[in-house]
Amino acid sequence: MRSARQGDDEAYRHLLDRVAVWLRGIVGRGLASAGRGSAEREDIVQETLLAMHLKRDSWDERRPIEPWLRAIVRHKLTDHLRRRGFHDHVDIDDWSNSLVVSVDVEAPAAVDSRLLLESLPERQRVIVQQISIEGRSAADVGARLGMSEGAVRVALHRALKALAVLYRRERP
Amino acid sequence: MRTDQLVEALVSDRATVRRPLARSLGLALAAGGALSLVIYFVTLGVRPDIGPAIATWRFDLKVAMVLIGLILTFGVCLDCARPDMSRHPLRRLLLLVVVLAAAVAIELASTPAASWQTRLVGSNSMICLPMVPVLSVAPLVAALLVLRRTAPASPVLAGAVAGLLSALAGATLYAFHCFDDSPLFVATWYSLATLPMMAIGAMAGHWLLRW
Repeated sequence: MRSARQGDDEAYRHLLDRVAVWLRGIVGRGLASAGRGSAEREDIVQETLLAMHLKRDSWDERRPIEPWLRAIVRHKLTDHLRRRGFHDHVDIDDWSNSLVVSVDVEAPAAVDSRLLLESLPERQRVIVQQISIEGRSAADVGARLGMSEGAVRVALHRALKALAVLYRRERP
Repeated sequence: MRTDQLVEALVSDRATVRRPLARSLGLALAAGGALSLVIYFVTLGVRPDIGPAIATWRFDLKVAMVLIGLILTFGVCLDCARPDMSRHPLRRLLLLVVVLAAAVAIELASTPAASWQTRLVGSNSMICLPMVPVLSVAPLVAALLVLRRTAPASPVLAGAVAGLLSALAGATLYAFHCFDDSPLFVATWYSLATLPMMAIGAMAGHWLLRW
């Protein structure tokens, strides 16, 4: 995360990938202990990654990152279960020592997030799709859409913020 | 969207930070405070006897108490902005309570009982109560804007603490206007004046700081 803050994209990608794997373990067990299947797991993982990204300023570099991440996933998991009509305390400390690595990187596409993507404004949606699904660079997308690279990054950032809001509001 | 695709989008958005949170919050308070300073000079202004007042221990103690509160609350506010906030975030404010209590005790011990009521009621309480909140509005708005970037474990608590922080910023300005320097007055009326700001902050936190 420290390297990522200096602008090291490769370090950031590596961190997010590892965190995603770690989150799948935690979220999967959180859902299981709440008596729910793992169908919603990937949604919560994605929502947590998004929160971690957008709220990264709230991490203090002098502290370890793990308690901060765990607090975010606890918040998102509780929030998710509450929204789905489940009222109970979720205590992830039970699994705090298990950094289980689940192997299915090709996790099933989460249906919800595809729907969410479709409710973004046209331009934001195109930008997110081209960057994330087609794997293009911001400069490349800018050239195709006739926008500057900076403008693409601003639109991308807005889209990510909008996605985070949609995650919280739109789902049943 | 698959998770690895989301990761691509996040990486493209860059992880670099703009500014440490403490500095952003400090700048926000300064900016809000500057606006309040304009309101302050238009409506109240510095007391005319500021020179001799600074030489008295009561005035100095009053300013010191407000500043101690401001500094302590700043730390509490940064703590509340984190998802992994400490278990007892308000514990730091105990020091402020101790200082207030000590100041009140000194005042009671050093002045005759007959003067207590005058000292407590003072001459400005009806100006203090509305003006401290008025001077706090701009710092509160600025602080809430900064806190929207953060992930508070309890948005309501974070909002209330931001309200207290802004009220103390307003009280710092007000302290240079008010003639009432007795710790009895400060402990009573300044504290009461922070309450509406804490309530407004808590409500704003509920709406603006959820994530």
